[in-house]
Amino acid sequence: MLTIKNLHAEVEEKQILKGINLSVNAGEVHAIMGPNGSGKSSLASVLAGRENYQVTQGEVFFSGLNLLDMSPEVRAREGLFLAFQYPIEIPGVSNINFLKTALAEIRAHKGLPPLDAKEFLRLSREKQKLVEFDAQLVNRSLNEGFSGGEKKRNEIFQLAMLEPKLSILDETDSGLDIDALRIVSKGVNKLRSENNAFIIITHYQRLLEYIVPDFVHVLYDGRIVKSGTKELALELEEKGYDWLKEEAREKATTI
Amino acid sequence: MTPSPSIPLFEEVVNGFNKLSVSGGTKKESSDLRRTRQSAFEKFRSLGGFPSIRNEDWRYTNLARFLKDEFTIEGWGGPETPAPDASLVEKAHIAGLDCYQIVLVNGSWDGTVTGGELPKGIQLLKVADARQDPALSVYFEKQAGWNEHFANLNAALFTDGIFVRVEAGVVIEKPLHIIHIYTSENNLLVQPRNVWVINKNAELSAIESVVSGGSEGGIIWVNSLSDVLVHADARFHHTMLQTAGTGVRLVQQTSVRQHRQSLYNNFTFTLPGAELVRNDLQTRLEEDHTETHLYGLYLTTGNQLVDNHTLVDHQKPHCFSNELYKGVLLGQSTGVFNGKVYVHQEAQKTNAFQQNNNLVISPKATIDSKPQLEIFADDVKCSHGSTVGQFSEEALFYLRARGIGEEAAKGLLINAFAFDVTEKIRIPEVETHVNELISLHIPTNHA
Ligand SMILES: Nc1ncnc2c1ncn2[C@@H]1O[C@H](COP(=O)(O)OP(=O)(O)O)[C@@H](O)[C@H]1O
Ligand SMILES: [Mg+2]
Repeated sequence: MLTIKNLHAEVEEKQILKGINLSVNAGEVHAIMGPNGSGKSSLASVLAGRENYQVTQGEVFFSGLNLLDMSPEVRAREGLFLAFQYPIEIPGVSNINFLKTALAEIRAHKGLPPLDAKEFLRLSREKQKLVEFDAQLVNRSLNEGFSGGEKKRNEIFQLAMLEPKLSILDETDSGLDIDALRIVSKGVNKLRSENNAFIIITHYQRLLEYIVPDFVHVLYDGRIVKSGTKELALELEEKGYDWLKEEAREKATTI
Repeated sequence: MTPSPSIPLFEEVVNGFNKLSVSGGTKKESSDLRRTRQSAFEKFRSLGGFPSIRNEDWRYTNLARFLKDEFTIEGWGGPETPAPDASLVEKAHIAGLDCYQIVLVNGSWDGTVTGGELPKGIQLLKVADARQDPALSVYFEKQAGWNEHFANLNAALFTDGIFVRVEAGVVIEKPLHIIHIYTSENNLLVQPRNVWVINKNAELSAIESVVSGGSEGGIIWVNSLSDVLVHADARFHHTMLQTAGTGVRLVQQTSVRQHRQSLYNNFTFTLPGAELVRNDLQTRLEEDHTETHLYGLYLTTGNQLVDNHTLVDHQKPHCFSNELYKGVLLGQSTGVFNGKVYVHQEAQKTNAFQQNNNLVISPKATIDSKPQLEIFADDVKCSHGSTVGQFSEEALFYLRARGIGEEAAKGLLINAFAFDVTEKIRIPEVETHVNELISLHIPTNHA
């Protein structure tokens, strides 16, 4: 579904991603962990098409298409979804109208007509329930005055509505209390299928107890320095990242 | 200052005024009214005729290119006012709104009211008639605070317009929708004079839409003057929808006087079209405990020059005023905002707030925003602010990352920016109408 080859990217002339290789197949859940500032959000941004990042080397294929050639909106319509680490507030844009517009554009891309008001309402109710998202929030301005947790839950609500092929969750768990974490995880688990895939960026092993990943990768200084299965997450939890930093440094000096 | 006789319109108004006295058009007016016309015209001349950028209030609004054209003035016995064009009435129609509707063509009303019979307690008259009525003449005789070029010109030369009066204690439930149509085959100066009298404890909601004929006709310069008197405990909700087309130059002055515990709400929406719009909205709080809300939204495109000048004159204690004007500037348009809040020494316990925010979308569009607070009382709460910004890249990316195309995303953000103003509209059908007008005018190419 997603193939990243030797991806290098910079922002404001600063090299951030220094050769990422990653393959994600349908039905898989990948976790990406790593210390602050290692480039996790940057990777997510480059994949979603944030324009202040320049890709300097490498390529990315998504469902066989050259992802880097597409505008952010076309990536989304092709089924890529980024749950933002810091969802912004947009006063004056109603949550529900925004979703209606987004869904209509994604459906149009697939050659489908927009849902009528009734069908849309039914879908919205169903998904609200799935992620236990407060109906009151649905009708408010996009994220305006939402608590940190409400914003994160809104991202998952949108994910549920738009049914993407590949979802990237950027630290959706940070700022969530244990109940909210459970709800979000439950929602994601229900949405998991043979046909879609998830990349879960997180700091904590905690989330991975609920959403069990197939693979765990450690991103450090713009590279994936270690990959493994869910046991790797436990090891990181115990030992921290310092031993990996050492390893990475040794590797760098021996090259 | 010496008048500028090189301006063809100046010649025309001087001749027009001289003709006025001999044509007998003012014969049935009171001698006071005739004197008022005379002194207003003298004032216009002594101010130098039409304003130039040397006048502080016109510094950013250069009329030179608009004053090059020749115009004839609409006087008495001129060409018959054309009948309302159904397609123009339709253009101004507000879907689903239950209202009384009247149509003025070049400032003249044919007496027809649609949308039901007017209830008792509201009076609508042609100004051509009202000005000759000895009981109403007083409403045209006062020259209060007219220091402006155009207001004086109107006061000297007006022929028609609409006179609206609501009797004391009467609440008019349905809004009154006035459609002002401007249309002419030749270049024409039209000077409607409107008077609104909302008597004690009465309430009225009015919407005034300005529409114009296609671009094939002549240029119409509209110089309108409205006097609004809101008596004690009365409430007046006043909405302006300026949707005139490119052939229109609109100078609109609204002079409001508020008495004790009265409420005046003004919404002024200026949409793409008219090449020149100058709004002068002045509210004088002549008694205590009044409440005033001024909301404005200007969406400008092409070569438009749209200027909003407002004055809130706090003369007495315990008055509250709140002003919010927002601008979206596209194309090569120019916006001007000048908001003056004047708090007299006597006006203690004044609460006066003002805000002007602008979204400059095209690099060639400009805005001159100037808030002016002059405060002479010490126990007051006043604030003002002015911002000029572009699209938030973060917001654009968020919307696009959900599959919304760049143009559609910009449209959503423009509507969102306008939302602070549109959400204040009290009538849902009008709010929907305004939002649709905004969406309609957001061009797909923002360059
Ligand atoms: N817009 C930007 N301008 C300059 N540096 C940036 C910008 N965005 C991110 N960075 C830098 O890129 C590096 C990686 O950041 P980020 O991807 O947010 O890391 P993570 O999500 O792993 O914490 C950091 O050093 C950060 O300071
Ligand atoms: Mg991050």
